[in-house]
Amino acid sequence: MTTAMAHQFDDAEQQQQAATLGMWLFLASEVLFFGGMLAGYAVYRAAYPRAFALGSGRLDVWLGTLNTAVLLTSSLTVALAVAALQSDRRSAAAGLLIGTVVLGMVFLGVKGVEYAHKFDERLVPGRSFHFVVEDGNPGGTHHRAQVATSAQDSWDFRESLESELQLLAGRIELFFSFYFALTGVHALHMLIGVAVFTVLAWQVIRGKYSRSYFTPVELAGLYWHFVDIIWVFLFPLLYLIDLNS
Amino acid sequence: MTKSVFSPLRYLAVFAVLLILLGLTVAVAQVDWGPWGIVAALAVAAAKTVLIAVYFMHLQTARTTVRLFAVAGVAWLIMLLAFLLSDYLTRELIPGAPL
Repeated sequence: MTTAMAHQFDDAEQQQQAATLGMWLFLASEVLFFGGMLAGYAVYRAAYPRAFALGSGRLDVWLGTLNTAVLLTSSLTVALAVAALQSDRRSAAAGLLIGTVVLGMVFLGVKGVEYAHKFDERLVPGRSFHFVVEDGNPGGTHHRAQVATSAQDSWDFRESLESELQLLAGRIELFFSFYFALTGVHALHMLIGVAVFTVLAWQVIRGKYSRSYFTPVELAGLYWHFVDIIWVFLFPLLYLIDLNS
Repeated sequence: MTKSVFSPLRYLAVFAVLLILLGLTVAVAQVDWGPWGIVAALAVAAAKTVLIAVYFMHLQTARTTVRLFAVAGVAWLIMLLAFLLSDYLTRELIPGAPL
């Protein structure tokens, strides 16, 4: 298979280097795309640590861990696929890319199950959002006591307690807004990656890539690893806040 | 392409370390470290990122410009967070916080 080379390049190597650099530039801009949301998250987590811990307590740590492992494995299959193409083992590369697509879909499936649970538990921000602070979670009674102490000076103890709890529920809703925005945008990136790798796997099977030209696979790999890294940060930031408090 | 390639064994070794670090993140989160909990979590995540970037994303064999772009992306993020939090964490700007 001959290398398709655009006329502005001196040789195929220069073209490949330019493409790689372009992908890294795109990824650097993606860092700031997620960075804006992460910055907002950081400010509000610092302001409302209790609410974020209570919200995080309602996420499924086990499913989050499973999904992290699935995603790390899919990064491995991509890295191995690129290595396979470099040594011209095309059918191995195709198999590994299909494996990546399957793992990506497993991740999205697990994510879908988690989202469904959140809808059932009325934890999706909006009119139906409902978070019972007094009961329904193990730390509830302790929390009620804590809120009550801080409200003791008030002229109407009951009313004050109620409004404080309402305020807390609003802040927990904010945590879930961050949860859905961050994981939702991440899932969108996954969906795009799955689509890209489906096409690439097909093209590898058709013999479009060989040892002398596989830049698209390499660049899609960079993108996939980046999406993996984003999740590596999202997992502890969303699922693992003060688990034992 | 003339780029050198890591052996599949190397990738598997990196993958094994990544899984160990994942276990470490979850284990560390079970203990109450106070304010150091988030530091520990981010440190492990950073370690994973370095492994993924250096080996899976081939930064180790990448040209200087590519490495520069990678470092720049992280540098801008750190600047964003550092300047933002140096403001928010040193004065009360959000009414009613904390609860």
